[in-house]
Amino acid sequence: MEMIRLEHVSKSFGTQKVLDDLSLSVNEGEFLTVIGRSGCGKTTMLRLINGLQKPDSGDVYVEGLNIKDADLIALRRRTGYVIQNKGLFPHMTVEKNISYVPVISGHKNKEENRRKAIRLLKLVGLDESMADRYPSELSGGQQQRVGIARALAAEAKLLLMDEPFGALDEITKRALQDEMLALQEKLHMTVVFITHDIREAMKLGDRVLVMEQGRIAQLDTPEMIRRHPADAFVRELTASD
Amino acid sequence: MDFLHEVIQLYIERKDWFLELTGAHITLSLTAVLLAGVLGLLLGIWIAECPKVSGPVLTVANICYTIPSISLLGMLIPLLGIGNPTAVVALTLYGIMPMVRNTYAGITGVSSDIVSAAEAMGSTRLQIMLKIKLPLAMGVIIAGVRNMVVMTISVAAIASFIGAGGLGVAIYRGITIYDTAMTFSGSLLIALLAILCDGLLGLVEKKIKKGMHLI
Repeated sequence: MEMIRLEHVSKSFGTQKVLDDLSLSVNEGEFLTVIGRSGCGKTTMLRLINGLQKPDSGDVYVEGLNIKDADLIALRRRTGYVIQNKGLFPHMTVEKNISYVPVISGHKNKEENRRKAIRLLKLVGLDESMADRYPSELSGGQQQRVGIARALAAEAKLLLMDEPFGALDEITKRALQDEMLALQEKLHMTVVFITHDIREAMKLGDRVLVMEQGRIAQLDTPEMIRRHPADAFVRELTASD
Repeated sequence: MDFLHEVIQLYIERKDWFLELTGAHITLSLTAVLLAGVLGLLLGIWIAECPKVSGPVLTVANICYTIPSISLLGMLIPLLGIGNPTAVVALTLYGIMPMVRNTYAGITGVSSDIVSAAEAMGSTRLQIMLKIKLPLAMGVIIAGVRNMVVMTISVAAIASFIGAGGLGVAIYRGITIYDTAMTFSGSLLIALLAILCDGLLGLVEKKIKKGMHLI
């Protein structure tokens, strides 16, 4: 089944065209990685999918429903969203951060929320003693794991990740990548994962979307992209892999 | 030393009177602080959410703040007469400015990454305000409250010139009967009151910032 569909989506900020007639379909359970230069429209595309931005023209469908007609608050609560660093709420403990979406959705049973938070902490490889700490007391890698746990608390079928591991050291990054793959295998989520690291894109993605100036340069499996790069830009990109 | 002795003598002799004036001063200041606090907070939230109105509202608040206190009181007399209500209105108008400015600065100073994350997770506008923006702005807002409270306590001294109560009465009477000790006694109590409130609010500020993990 199709999870996300973009149909001829264009988006400009001022005179800058960020997305240019972009069409794309992502299947349920698929892990799509998106790679491209800064400003190629990756983040804008992600923000269109949960309605944080509106397309100038074209349509965005999530779970078969045009997001023009969708209840955006409900849609966002069902969609996990992980951003690089800074996404955790500094004034809330790890537990409160993870329980944020359940709480704003009206699930206020404290014991149940705590149990769930601890289960999610373990799922992302953190000890339950972390639950009462504040984000500032955690390392970068731990913060990012909490970010993932928080996104999973929504029991999301769709996970949007915007360079989640961008600021981490190589070793932590690799460990988290492996865990992401294991999690996806276990939970069968649809994942759209933005990165600027071609190795990460190739390792994680069922398919890799290479973007260039708001258009699709190539969208294919890592294998095909490596073997048959569509143009000079993709060739140059994969050469460093 | 003689002067100090005279002041202490005055406090002892007219203990009840000074207590009464201090009580009236606290009531007057507290009423204005509560009104300015609530109004300033609401206005600050409003202009932080509607950037279009922020310029005009801040300008008006600034203008109110720059009118000399004695003339603001004078201008209010034809409208509201003399006495405590007029003083409360004037003190409230003064107090709103630091509250609005700090609330606005505190809320707009919250990292856009954090607000954007909260929005992306499906928070309503009200939830973003109550759970994210206001708690994170609280340190700056409390600093504004502190500022406003100290200012209100000292400006409230002027209020007795238009017939309101408070320690200004002692100052005013001291001036009219050339009793410097009496003027000084009233001023000293106002200063002590202001310092005490500032210290207490400083502790509250620290506690809140610690609780929010902002420091």
